[in-house]
Amino acid sequence: MATTTTKPQAKTYVGQRIRRQEDPRLITGTATYVDDIQRPGMLYAAVLRSPYAAANIKSISTAGAMEMPGVKAVYTGKDVSSVGPVPCAGSMPTLRVPHHTILATDRVYYVGHPVVAVVASDRYVAQDALESIEVDYDPLDDVVADPEKALEKDSRKVHPEYDDNVAFTFHLDGGDVEKAFAEADTVVKLRVAAPRLAPSPIETRGVVAEYDEGAKELTIYSSTQIPHLLRTQLALQLNLPEHHLRVIAPEVGGGFGSKCNVWAEEALAGYIAIQLKQPIKWIENRRESILVVAHGRGHLDDVELAAKKDGTLTGLKLRILQDIGGHHQLLTPIIPTLSVLMLPGLYKFKSFTADLIGVFTNLAPTDLYRGAGRPEATYVIERIVDRMADELGMDPAEIRLKNFPGPDEFPFETATGLSYDSGDYAKAFNIALEKVGYQDFLKKQQEARKQGRLLGIGFCTYGELCAFGPSPALPAGGWESATVTVEATGKVAVMTGTSPHGQGAETTFSQIAADALGIPMDDIVVVHGDTAKVQHGIGTFGSRNTAIGGTAVHLALQEVVGKAKTYAGHMMEVDAADVAFEGGVFSSAKTDKTVSFQDVALEAHLCKNLPPDTEPGLSATRFFEPANFAFPFGAHIAVVEVDRETGEIQILRYLAVDDCGKVINPLMVDGQIHGGVAQGLGPALMEGVIYDEDGQLLNGTFMDYPIPKAQHMPWIESERTETPAPGNPLGVKGVGEAGTIGSLPAFVNGVVDALSPLGVQHIDIPMTPQKVWNLIQERSQS
Amino acid sequence: MQKTIRVTVNGQEHERSVEPRLLLVHFLREELGLTGTHIGCESSVCGACTVAVEGRTVKSCTMLAVQADGKDVRTIEGVAQNGNLHPVQEGLWNEHGLQCGFCTPGMIMSVNQLLADNPDPSKKEIRHALEGNLCRCTGYQHIVNAVEAAAKAVGGGQ
Amino acid sequence: MIPASFDYSAPETLSEALKLLSENPDSKVLAGGQSLIPLLKFRLAAPAHLVDLGGVPDLHFIAESDGMIRIGAMTTHHQIEESDLLAEKCPLLAQTAASIGDVQVRNCGTIGGSVAHADPAADYPAALQALEAKVKIAGPGGERELGIDEFIVDALTTALEASEVVTEIQVPVEADGVGVSYRTIIQPASGFPIVGAAARIGVSDGKISFARVGMTGVAAKSYRATAVEAALEGKAADAETLAVASRLAAEGVEALSDLNASSEYRSHLASVQLRRALEEAAERAR
Repeated sequence: MATTTTKPQAKTYVGQRIRRQEDPRLITGTATYVDDIQRPGMLYAAVLRSPYAAANIKSISTAGAMEMPGVKAVYTGKDVSSVGPVPCAGSMPTLRVPHHTILATDRVYYVGHPVVAVVASDRYVAQDALESIEVDYDPLDDVVADPEKALEKDSRKVHPEYDDNVAFTFHLDGGDVEKAFAEADTVVKLRVAAPRLAPSPIETRGVVAEYDEGAKELTIYSSTQIPHLLRTQLALQLNLPEHHLRVIAPEVGGGFGSKCNVWAEEALAGYIAIQLKQPIKWIENRRESILVVAHGRGHLDDVELAAKKDGTLTGLKLRILQDIGGHHQLLTPIIPTLSVLMLPGLYKFKSFTADLIGVFTNLAPTDLYRGAGRPEATYVIERIVDRMADELGMDPAEIRLKNFPGPDEFPFETATGLSYDSGDYAKAFNIALEKVGYQDFLKKQQEARKQGRLLGIGFCTYGELCAFGPSPALPAGGWESATVTVEATGKVAVMTGTSPHGQGAETTFSQIAADALGIPMDDIVVVHGDTAKVQHGIGTFGSRNTAIGGTAVHLALQEVVGKAKTYAGHMMEVDAADVAFEGGVFSSAKTDKTVSFQDVALEAHLCKNLPPDTEPGLSATRFFEPANFAFPFGAHIAVVEVDRETGEIQILRYLAVDDCGKVINPLMVDGQIHGGVAQGLGPALMEGVIYDEDGQLLNGTFMDYPIPKAQHMPWIESERTETPAPGNPLGVKGVGEAGTIGSLPAFVNGVVDALSPLGVQHIDIPMTPQKVWNLIQERSQS
Repeated sequence: MQKTIRVTVNGQEHERSVEPRLLLVHFLREELGLTGTHIGCESSVCGACTVAVEGRTVKSCTMLAVQADGKDVRTIEGVAQNGNLHPVQEGLWNEHGLQCGFCTPGMIMSVNQLLADNPDPSKKEIRHALEGNLCRCTGYQHIVNAVEAAAKAVGGGQ
Repeated sequence: MIPASFDYSAPETLSEALKLLSENPDSKVLAGGQSLIPLLKFRLAAPAHLVDLGGVPDLHFIAESDGMIRIGAMTTHHQIEESDLLAEKCPLLAQTAASIGDVQVRNCGTIGGSVAHADPAADYPAALQALEAKVKIAGPGGERELGIDEFIVDALTTALEASEVVTEIQVPVEADGVGVSYRTIIQPASGFPIVGAAARIGVSDGKISFARVGMTGVAAKSYRATAVEAALEGKAADAETLAVASRLAAEGVEALSDLNASSEYRSHLASVQLRRALEEAAERAR
């Protein structure tokens, strides 16, 4: 449906740097996060977790805890055996999904595995009670803590019901990779590891569960990114009709993918609330969060790249070892398949073969974390392309520019069968090169090297697949829904099935709606995160919020405007087709009369002068189902200097040129890039969970697991190109993960470049000063 | 064991009988219902629980409520006066210095401390002063901008 | 992360505090709480009784007498960082205080609490070793004074008896012509130094007339790097001397090895950071 309105420039919100609608409650401390919810008679749950990575549970004695004043109930795995398993949405034919109970029954598979739940009158008593529970464990030898060793024949089987530790395998190939390698002038190989990361939103997970016995209604407040999907899964786990379940995502303090999951504690809290008929609160502590909230990454990649001597890339071989952990979580096996899909990066080669092996270990589950599969893929391809440039004696900028598809080649069919929607990769990269002053830098670097300084520049030209996504490509639907309801007063409610948790969709969707309806943003309320208020939805993850959810809003708005024009036409006594709508006013060349948006809104409810057979109210619900993903891209550049004596890395400059399609709010896009870069800098320089060979986590608090602080971050010089996405009418692609995907390889490539005079060809992340110093020592001695 | 304490919070005196082990953050959040102060890491690193005690910022997860007996405490709820946002709040809002908002109340308390100690901080000084406040969302750049804007606004008002 | 239960007293005088400590054998002194409260929350410590010194007024002071600066045990890192007296007369301590933790920690944490906790990676001990600080202790039998080197026995272990409290730290007024510096490499999460080097250097006529060096983070306990001092004193205050001497930074100690740094790397960092501290101190001495 074509809109006939043209928006007056002065009133156009889309494209403006507009401060957020969400912020007043957040800056005054009046927002309600899950731990802020208080209910009369509320009880507190705490979870006892396994101290062993692998053990049989011989017996559990809860008597001591039960005797403590204030303790209301204690639940073991046997007590909650009627609750359905923690779900895994993977569906590949080879996939093994071990039965994943919400509390361990006879065996624990990783340190932190939930074993017993205690419910008490307050959180202090609950914590005390945990110490009174006696679990008699029979710890198993040969903890499987190394995914590579897990594949060895004599490795203990994490799940004894299977004959090895393979959780699944996945293979994809294209072109003629053997020919490509046989005919190549040069082949380079690398082993690239992406260690496990703790997602670490500043708000940990938390659940409040409340049961209305009379109505048989269970309300779950959870710090989640996917309230609607959670409702469906909880309905299955608790055997309730969805209609009796209401899931509310209150204010959510960050997720980064870690809350796009269905967690044992959610069903547990719901089950206990039903049993005890009292509200239950469970709030995760930080140690639990780092210990068990599915770690991101956990990749070990062996990659080979073939090229002609002019730098034309011709083929790639990849083997990914994905550390699954002791159990699958919701999307665990799916995430590394995204790495396979994105392995070509932005390059045109067509021949590849990829083997992915998921491996069970006695470690915490892995699952999605910001970027989810794409940062790993980008890291691999951007690292090995640099390695190839080095091998060929070619400039790393030149090899990239040589292998990009041109702007006239879109849609571009990649080696792995994706259809990149639109882009001008060279343009973004050239802007970044120009801005950093690449040629001047090379001269400076020459000078610096003569003085023994270790100065480097690192590029990452990334592409990403986002705006998840077409339903056939997702386990639970890739559509999104929106309802736009115009109230009698002319105020508008926009209900979205996305569940933003910091992204600012209340603002972006208000911008879209205000422009469509010609009313101030303040007249619009965006409602999300409540399954009783928004009937349908998928959620916010995979940089889909605006491209999919925003488009659904846009479609519903168009339908509302269409209806409103009909009503306005009737009120002005002209045909709807002759009605124009601009700046909130309906007019027509056929009459002098005008009616305002508010007039129409009121009339739609009073129904005194509507066209025949019109239903009252002014509202529309629309769904958007994308035909393809969207593919943002960009170029990030890090200029670094390594302190030869200490191994410390200093980021001298950081540039980001990103293209996320059309931009609704540049201020917020900048924010997403900045935050994304921080989550690439973390793993590049400092982050990574560390396990010992017994599967014990060695850095499980914020006192030893470092997430970047203000002084760790460089100033990010940010620019954009804007290539509209052809796949949705807003032209938006997505930006939530771009910074994380684009930054890490730039840092690593920069440091390798800095160290290259010493003969360094690769360095593992995190590039801690110790690691850098070790390399310098090795190279200086050899 | 219980101990009776008297604490003035945002100008209002409260008397409560508390367990000595009760953390100040739980006292504020659960006894007084002032839930704007958040709990992030529980190990005195992230600063989400930052409040001012006797005019100096502290991490309220690493202070016992009994230690605040007889003292003056200011929380995020006491920052805006008479419905008017404080320049630091305005700065964060205008410069998009927050995303999920969970670290923001603590961040605001720390920025207030910074500007009280150093009304015209450089970018480097701002970053240094915020080392006790973790933000996982913003990458801090917009927070730095917000502090600069707030410093200007406060300075302009004098 | 919630402490186990304990009883609590908030004495208003030192003698009352000492009495409480004597009467309650399983008691612990609460100063600023920045080390103790995390230990309680992780339940790594579970004393039956806490004696809070926050209300004892005569432990908060920074005063000069007889060429020494006396600092009350409950003086916060922030107060030390901001003290005009220290900035002028013992800048090393002020500079060290400024590098501890973060603003909030410095607002709460106290010098007495830090010294009594004896964390091997704490910042103060480097400066206190270099300053040959004295620790004044009060106990049921009266007062006593120990040099910082005698006071700190090992990691998390001091010469303090359970019934005693640290009341005062004494550091010398810095002589004219002495330059000081404190340099660290810190663990990015905790902010604790992986190594910290504190240097005091007096230079006259181009020669090093005086050198005191304290190291923290390197070994299980902080120490005075006397080998370095010996290699400096009487020598020309040039880059070569400083570099050669700083190589002895970890001489004779067993450098720690942990997730942050191997012992080899840590020893190396100790030398590098000490050299940088010496260079800065020598520059300031001129």
